[in-house]
Amino acid sequence: MIVGIASGKGGTGKTTVATNLALSLNGKVQLLDCDVEEPNAHLFLKPKFHGSESVGIPIPQVDEKLCTFCGKCGEICQYGAILAVKKKVLVFPELCHGCGGCSLVCPEAAISEVMREIGTVEKGVVRGVDFVHGRLHVGEPMAPPLIRAVKEKTNNQGTVIIDAPPGTSCPVIESIKGSGYVILVTEPTPFGLYDLTLAVDMVKALSIPSGVIINKADIGDRGVDQFCQRENLPVLLRIPLERRIAEAYSRGEMMVDIYPEYKEKFRSVISEVKRLIGE
Amino acid sequence: MKELVVISGKGGTGKTTIVAAFATLAQDKVMADADVDAPDLHIILDPTITRREEFRSGNLAFINKELCTECGKCRELCRFGAISEGYVVDKIDCEGCGVCYNFCPAEAIEFKEEVSGEWFISETRFGSLVHAQLGVAKENSGKLVTLVRKNAKMLAENKGKELIIVDGAPGIGCAVISSITGSDLVLIISEPTISGIHDMRRTAALAAHFKIPTAVCINKCDINLEISQNIRSYCQENNLKLVGEIPFDTVVTEAMVHRKSVIEFSQGAVSQEIERTWQNTTRLLNQSGEA
Ligand code: SF4
Ligand code: SF4
Repeated sequence: MIVGIASGKGGTGKTTVATNLALSLNGKVQLLDCDVEEPNAHLFLKPKFHGSESVGIPIPQVDEKLCTFCGKCGEICQYGAILAVKKKVLVFPELCHGCGGCSLVCPEAAISEVMREIGTVEKGVVRGVDFVHGRLHVGEPMAPPLIRAVKEKTNNQGTVIIDAPPGTSCPVIESIKGSGYVILVTEPTPFGLYDLTLAVDMVKALSIPSGVIINKADIGDRGVDQFCQRENLPVLLRIPLERRIAEAYSRGEMMVDIYPEYKEKFRSVISEVKRLIGE
Repeated sequence: MKELVVISGKGGTGKTTIVAAFATLAQDKVMADADVDAPDLHIILDPTITRREEFRSGNLAFINKELCTECGKCRELCRFGAISEGYVVDKIDCEGCGVCYNFCPAEAIEFKEEVSGEWFISETRFGSLVHAQLGVAKENSGKLVTLVRKNAKMLAENKGKELIIVDGAPGIGCAVISSITGSDLVLIISEPTISGIHDMRRTAALAAHFKIPTAVCINKCDINLEISQNIRSYCQENNLKLVGEIPFDTVVTEAMVHRKSVIEFSQGAVSQEIERTWQNTTRLLNQSGEA
């Protein structure tokens, strides 16, 4: 089973939930940190890494000896990543999505493709959990191809937990697509509520069933609870705001190590999820 | 005219809370919410929308079943796996590259412009706000961010305002890059947690990559004194100006629940430190571009 952990906004405790969940479950567990822009799960789990690979996208390379500067490449490119000017072809690597259109359309076969590294995927293991994450190079705009590379490492055994980036746009969709269930982590505040409503619309658009974990459950107001009731969204767990949890988090310590009773609570979350999706 | 962009790397560090407080303190400015994916500033600013526009960006492919001969060419060429065995284009997977459309021998594919969000100009009790909402499961947040910033700039010019305060996007990818390029000062809101400092470093590296002057504010600075000290040292070593250290206080959440900025809601330690942060930030802004 693949469970995605997402939240409309960052800082709600998504990574806390994903990492503690991973340490609580019995059997085979894999954690994929798909927040390649700001990967954090490894800071808490401290896995032993045993492999890293480069991830790139294919970008055009123009052989100017063959090129007649016809400009067809610039016409087909939807992203303004290639442009023929008089006696030169300009390529803007950061804008290229690697679709291959320019090399296909070039009548002189002057365009070949070369891999441009955008980040790395690293694999590791910690306390029986198989760990994978991606790291986008600073200055690279395009996260989705790296997220796809992280997801290709899914072993499809036992429980696969996906820590998604915050928000609701393309990197998030790329991360949770294919999940059997999505757990949305939120805070019971007006910001938390607004971002939760966006996240719920997103999972609905993807037709993935979802439930909610309310973090810092004792702050804020009743808005999130009322929304969950109205939308028929199961509240799977409430985690109170406790100074000890917050401090432990700031140091990078795991909640289940400080409050072992949370292991049982996280296991129940997964049993409940399985029951809900009939697994 | 000066443009200040407030970002956080990791979300939830209090970026929007601080932007809303700045909105209360700053005179003569235009506000912009560039966190188009999860815009929250409007919750505090309570805008009255005066102009509403569709955001159109990029095209998506549609296969016309009547013309399609199921030859398989598009499925072979699409690098994003967006075309199903039944020759239907998945709207979410399609990157809008147009390859299928250009190479379909039966010309069965249409390439249509998509509406992928909305943007607004509004009036608020703190002045004008340009904001947006990206549609659910839509792409191109970077373009929408650019559009929001461009309109904020035009609005500021028309109204003769000297300052734009931008609530930036999270992360370090396309939306953030679009939020900060060409601005006068980036203010990173960090928090003293191991993930907070990690993300702050990546975000600062991004701002340095684009050569934008950068300041840092430590929010909830008393949650972990040791890491706060590490952030201070990091700032010193990397020539980042530390403009404020705001203590942790539940008053921040209370203010939010009352849909008020902290400055409007309380005169306590948090508000005082935010005022000091604002003064330091203004000083840096005035210096920027002079050197
Ligand atoms: S591969 Fe596609 S995105 Fe890249 S330059 Fe060529 S046409 Fe543009
Ligand atoms: S436009 Fe590009 S991404 Fe979309 S279906 Fe066609 S080939 Fe695939």
